[in-house]
Amino acid sequence: MAIAKLQPLWTPHKALAPTLNAMHDQRTLAQRLHMDIPLLLGLLLLSGIGLAVLYSAGGQDTSLLIRQGIRLAIAFTAMFVLAQVSPRHLSFWTPWLYVIGIVLLIAVLAFGDVAQGAQRWIRIGPLNFQPSEMLKITVPMMVAYYLGARTLPPTFMRLLVAGIMVVVPTLLIARQPDLGTALLIACSGAFVLFLGGISMRLIAACTILASASAPVMWYLMHDYQRQRVLTFLDPEQDPLGAGYHIIQSKIAIGSGGTYGKGWLNGTQSQLDFLPERSTDFIFAVFSEEFGLSGVLTLIAIYLAVVFRGLYIASQAQDSYARLLAGSLVLTFFVYIFVNIGMVSGILPVVGLPLPLLSYGGTSLVTVMAAFGILMSVHTHRRLISE
Amino acid sequence: MRSIHTIKDIAAEARIVKGRVIAACFGVLLLAGLLVLRMAQLQVVEYEHFSTLSEDNRVNIVALAPTRGLIYDRNGVELAQNTPTFTLEIVPENVEDMDALLFELGELMEITSEDIERFRGMLRKKRRFQSVPLRHRLNEEEVARFSVNRHRFPGADVQARLTRSYPLGASAVHLIGYVGSMNEEDLQRVDAAEYRGTTHIGKTGVEQAYESLLHGKPGIQRVETNAQGRILRVLERTDPVPGSNVTLTVDASLQAVAERALGLENGAVVAVDPATGGVLAFVSTPVYDPNPFVDGIDSRSYRSLLASPERPLFNRALNGQYPPGSIVKPFVGLAGLELEQVTADHEIFCPGYFRLPGRERRYRDWKKWGHGKVDVTRSIVESCDVYFYTLAGELGIGRLHDYLSLFGFGRRTGLILHGESAGLMPSEEWKQRSRGQAWFPGETLITGIGQGFMLATPLQLAMATATLSTRGVRLRPQVVLRRDDPTTQQGTVDLVPETLETIAPRLEANWQTIINAMADVVHGPKGTARRIGIGATYRIAGKTGTAQVFGVAQNEEYDEEKVDKKLRDHALFIAFAPVDNPRIALAVLVENGGGGSKIAAPIARKVMDHYFQQVLDTKDEQLILTATELPVAANP
Repeated sequence: MAIAKLQPLWTPHKALAPTLNAMHDQRTLAQRLHMDIPLLLGLLLLSGIGLAVLYSAGGQDTSLLIRQGIRLAIAFTAMFVLAQVSPRHLSFWTPWLYVIGIVLLIAVLAFGDVAQGAQRWIRIGPLNFQPSEMLKITVPMMVAYYLGARTLPPTFMRLLVAGIMVVVPTLLIARQPDLGTALLIACSGAFVLFLGGISMRLIAACTILASASAPVMWYLMHDYQRQRVLTFLDPEQDPLGAGYHIIQSKIAIGSGGTYGKGWLNGTQSQLDFLPERSTDFIFAVFSEEFGLSGVLTLIAIYLAVVFRGLYIASQAQDSYARLLAGSLVLTFFVYIFVNIGMVSGILPVVGLPLPLLSYGGTSLVTVMAAFGILMSVHTHRRLISE
Repeated sequence: MRSIHTIKDIAAEARIVKGRVIAACFGVLLLAGLLVLRMAQLQVVEYEHFSTLSEDNRVNIVALAPTRGLIYDRNGVELAQNTPTFTLEIVPENVEDMDALLFELGELMEITSEDIERFRGMLRKKRRFQSVPLRHRLNEEEVARFSVNRHRFPGADVQARLTRSYPLGASAVHLIGYVGSMNEEDLQRVDAAEYRGTTHIGKTGVEQAYESLLHGKPGIQRVETNAQGRILRVLERTDPVPGSNVTLTVDASLQAVAERALGLENGAVVAVDPATGGVLAFVSTPVYDPNPFVDGIDSRSYRSLLASPERPLFNRALNGQYPPGSIVKPFVGLAGLELEQVTADHEIFCPGYFRLPGRERRYRDWKKWGHGKVDVTRSIVESCDVYFYTLAGELGIGRLHDYLSLFGFGRRTGLILHGESAGLMPSEEWKQRSRGQAWFPGETLITGIGQGFMLATPLQLAMATATLSTRGVRLRPQVVLRRDDPTTQQGTVDLVPETLETIAPRLEANWQTIINAMADVVHGPKGTARRIGIGATYRIAGKTGTAQVFGVAQNEEYDEEKVDKKLRDHALFIAFAPVDNPRIALAVLVENGGGGSKIAAPIARKVMDHYFQQVLDTKDEQLILTATELPVAANP
């Protein structure tokens, strides 16, 4: 992306003006870099915790830590870059990005690489690219763009159009199949509709419709997806097979107790009983080693980030920015809720990472890009109002 | 204000979104609260439960099998030892394709079809996640070759183990016995806690009888394991207590001499020390090698052992029940004297047959023309049947039964080896009880010469001889001389003579008469075993016996003419020596050997010669003294 061209505000003379106007203003430096300090602190804190837990979960493997460090650097760079793009420019490019995303999704289904029975990746030169990650941001952008440009609350016809905008990529991703991502994208679109003022009665109707369609969903599901649901309903049924993950995860969490077994001392994780402990189940490692006290602290930090994000959304100056920022933050929370819910056995196992803690790159970049947009929304506000 | 949406009510729209953001805040708080509640439930409410599960995951208890005690003969010759060997073992639960694994392992080392057959047999009987041996006694090259390729064979591993082995091979197998893999039955019989980690258990012989002594106590190791079950570190360890080493009363060289003396014959030799009841030799032939049984003998070899007409697995010394024949004559004679039925100088005339008063049927003597006038001494020396027909008839089966029972006939000797046979001392009650038939007078007569229903084991005969030699002290036969405490290495003498019964002699002279008669059997000019008396440097008291090969079903109607040639008589001989200070008492049995004097007696002589010349201290004062008193045996 030609980001530099989109940044007329990122020039010294324009940025200098407010600085000169308010020399005594302490927040100006952050303002100038388009960073939101509370949000940045929260994200850095979570990244730090993530690296510490990963060091333990990965069996004190420094090379793993270095790789994750590099990914974090890339992700924070993406955040920083996106923070420089003003919501106005973002809004302008939104339809194009959405269309490109859809085209790429179709391309993936047509020529993508198959990995672990799912077709998610597309190869561009040396890079492996996962278009569904891009859609996590462009779908709420598109819906916010469409609704934000018109009067709120949206009319029924507009809701239908917006609904199609969400359903098309969702179905394309579900075909890959990647149920977790499809769910998240559907959520992000739905959140825009919710924030846009869709009537509560319609929400209730949709909820009922969704529950009623569950049997149909069951019929459409792949065997492994059905197995996950069955395992979720009764993990003891197959303790050495599919239920093993969730049983061992619950043992790890429960045996952590109030204060935990201590960093690097979690027996479930250190002795290999806990599968996927560096990636999707890293929260179980954290819970085992730091106990309920650690868990409360971690959830508090996550909530602080979420509430800061929601505050930013509420303070945004146009509907597009408000809807987009709110949707992105709520999607971030869905990540957290689904991951912790799945690891602790109240939700079925859907392969969603815990943002900023789980090892892995692609979703990390997406999450941080979303925070870049949030920062952009917050830090471009005053400049515009000047 | 920069805005293209002129018709929008910006303030109202901002209110809508703000309202929804606030609603979302509540939603987020609600869901976060749900997560916190769930975590509190797992980490506080159910903490104990999960903590226990976690500990169970982490800590495994591994049993350490004790080292089995060794078995020595009385001079410290190793009879059973533990040899370090390498075994290729397989945990079937960790193997995906067993056939492929066996095939590929077969390319690496020799695995015979017998190995595979035995392995598959054991698969059916094993416990879960227990490893099953496929190949035993790998050589170093095979171990090395496997180790290099080990990654190719998940579920297979080479284990260094102590394997029981019997360095003397087949010798004394019926006494020592052997160990074998524990089976389902063994598992149910033993205390499972004592046998954690143990794979083998005594199956027969001393190995079985002294199992509790030889086994030891298992140790326990609490180890931390990972999810794959690999031991990461030892948290706590209690060492196993090895089993006690056991020294037997038998002399390996004497045992070997007796086995050689029996040669290819099927038979038994039991020699005991009359003073202690300690078993000096315990032979049953043919013998077999117990070593293949340790690792599980392949079924073809086992079937051939079972099917052999020689019946090598049959313990003749312990379980062979034979009609004692003339062996009983000294005991019957003693009964006559002690029960005051006859006196030592009472004579009868032997015309070569005996007839019950008023009956036509003749009971023949082995000497067709008869012995002429005989007293008890001559009747024993020359083995006159008519005298004992007469005496038995006068004593009656009741008194005969009671008196001979004192010597242990028809009763188990109490040797600790499992499954001892009791023999049979018939009586009127016995016949009524077991067959519902009345006792016939003729049956009393043939009991007097050790035929008919009467049966005895070689062990019983040896013990009865010992009782006679000690003038009435019946001891329990014992096989263990000493046990070594495994921790202190201190030896405890285990052999305390145990008197089962003392027969109070009514008149010492009666016993002396019988014993002198038995001495004359060997040393007298007309003794049936006079040939073995020649050149003996010590005095032997003995008695020959020749037993017809007939089951107890035969009654007095037996006719020698009808005996199948294949069913030759059993040859028997009992003896003790020296006569005045008995150091050894023994019984020899040769199945279908023919006459006791020709076949059985020379074997006894060889055993006693070896015992007095090699085993006992030749400087033994009393022995030399006894030897000088020897009368010169007249040449026949």
